[in-house]
Amino acid sequence: MANCKCAEKKDIYLPELATVTKQQLLNDTEMYLHLQLDSGEHLGHTAGQFVEVSVAGMGEAPISVSSSPTQEGFELVVRNVGSVSNAIHGLTAGSKVGIRGAYGTTYPIEEAKGKDLVFICGGIGLVPQRSFINYVLDNRSDYGSVTILQGTKDYTQRFFTDELAAWNDRDDVTLLETIDEAHPDWDGNVGVVTTLIPKIEADLTKAAVLVCGPPIMYKFVLMAMAEKNVPDKNIFVNLERRMKCGVGKCGHCQINEAYVCQSGPVFRYSDLETIPEAI
Amino acid sequence: MSIKKINKDVFGTVVANIIAGDNDVVGVQAKADKFAFGPLESADDLRLDYDVTLLPPKKYFLPQVETLMTYEVGGGYQSKISDKKLVLVGVHPYDMIAINQMDELFSQDEFDTHYMTRRCNTTVIACDVVTASPNVFASSMKTATVKKGYDILLTDIGDAYLADAATEKGEALLKASAADAADATDDDLAKRKAVWDKNEEALNQHKLNCDVSELPNLLDDAYDHPVWEEKAATCYSCGSCNLTCPTCYCFDVQDDVEWSLKSGKRCRAWDGCLLQNFATVAGDHNFREKRQDRFRHRLYRKAKYVPAKIGGQIACVGCGRCVTACIPDIANPVAVYNRLLEDKK
Repeated sequence: MANCKCAEKKDIYLPELATVTKQQLLNDTEMYLHLQLDSGEHLGHTAGQFVEVSVAGMGEAPISVSSSPTQEGFELVVRNVGSVSNAIHGLTAGSKVGIRGAYGTTYPIEEAKGKDLVFICGGIGLVPQRSFINYVLDNRSDYGSVTILQGTKDYTQRFFTDELAAWNDRDDVTLLETIDEAHPDWDGNVGVVTTLIPKIEADLTKAAVLVCGPPIMYKFVLMAMAEKNVPDKNIFVNLERRMKCGVGKCGHCQINEAYVCQSGPVFRYSDLETIPEAI
Repeated sequence: MSIKKINKDVFGTVVANIIAGDNDVVGVQAKADKFAFGPLESADDLRLDYDVTLLPPKKYFLPQVETLMTYEVGGGYQSKISDKKLVLVGVHPYDMIAINQMDELFSQDEFDTHYMTRRCNTTVIACDVVTASPNVFASSMKTATVKKGYDILLTDIGDAYLADAATEKGEALLKASAADAADATDDDLAKRKAVWDKNEEALNQHKLNCDVSELPNLLDDAYDHPVWEEKAATCYSCGSCNLTCPTCYCFDVQDDVEWSLKSGKRCRAWDGCLLQNFATVAGDHNFREKRQDRFRHRLYRKAKYVPAKIGGQIACVGCGRCVTACIPDIANPVAVYNRLLEDKK
């Protein structure tokens, strides 16, 4: 081909090294990791984006960044469900991983300024949402009220409990939490996350609503939002797919015409009208 | 750029000159009663009268399995970019158009140096079709002839080949391997035009009942059509339609570790959206679990999703390989699109 540009281009699949600086098992299945890029550079992510994490010999997996860009280094929370995530659970402080990214779309950082924010999280849906929640709390005066709904399947799976408690203690945050099944040590709300929606005090018709959770959760949350007359354009959903390459080539994360790794993972709900495979 | 006329009695010498050059040469050869691209060792083995190859030539740019990088466990990753120079002889127009589409897809947004380096290191000698394959429908897809992407285009005009150099690389190769060839005359060019005119009509074993440009709009209202379920009812989810397709480019990436457990390589390999677990994520949630959804996805990719990324070109080039490969005989895109057209009436 004429005008070959190969020599000046980087290898888009080549990870850079990062070091695990802290790790902690949050519950039976969730591992928290704090990492630093070995280059000393910032990851440069924006809330909502994901990275491809490599464990040499095991492979690579897309993982949402859980920390706010305002914090030092970056944090991931990984559920132990596949071969790569299993290997990630075996990492300790000082372990090396490969990192590519951050990739994908972001939460509406600018657009949401001045608006009330309602975060609806199911299980580890809290992980990517936390990136934006902490960004908002670090830039508190830029945003209106903050309401966080967190639904967890059972009591023992709750994680970031100290952080949830700290949010709960703040006057400028409303935390509404529920677990699906009753537990002797839990005296809060019992039921799925949608049972918390009637308790939201913010004006939902004007708020930015941010949703992340297991696939089944979206339908019910979106139905509830429709009942509350929330405009579709004010709802942002964070969708998880198999973002294998992260750069719009491999095809695994495609939902109809959209590659989730490029057009997502954060989608404006009104943009999903032509993407029936999304929800 | 020049257009040379190479008489058939000396064409073998020209091919031998190319083989004798510094680059590896790959060409179309007989394989039992079929044809395949493979390393060309003798000019006599080249079969430019072939109908279609078993696999498309994309394997020279996106190999079935390719090492992307090597790594040391606990250490860093080193990129592996192939520096092999290749001459690829005998690419049919529909396959050339498929390569042109892949060039766009692998260079747009994020530039894929693995694909693009192989592509840039390859000299493509395309050739117009002499024999129509049993399932070709390139005429319907407007891919029976090609105007760009190749370095040299060969056309069989009876007693000679016309060799049309389209790039500096092609011109240099032509000069080096066919120094004595005469320039094509107006009469020769008229003969070539006749070949093109014929192929634009004749490579049409399955006739699409609309203009190919109408396909994206046709699919606008077809998402819930019963044809997806009907056809997919006998789908084996074997992925043969994907794996023989010149425009399918989805891939999987896996790590391979040496016995020492100290180092290894990361490879990518062809994958296919018809395969059952293509859209499965960790935790075993499959986002495209039903066969009909996977079947529909492929045909939407060909005529709607990929075209949206490459300026409207349809990502089915009418080679007919999927039609031949599909055992339950459901993969033929023309049959599906024509059915949608009929029901729209």
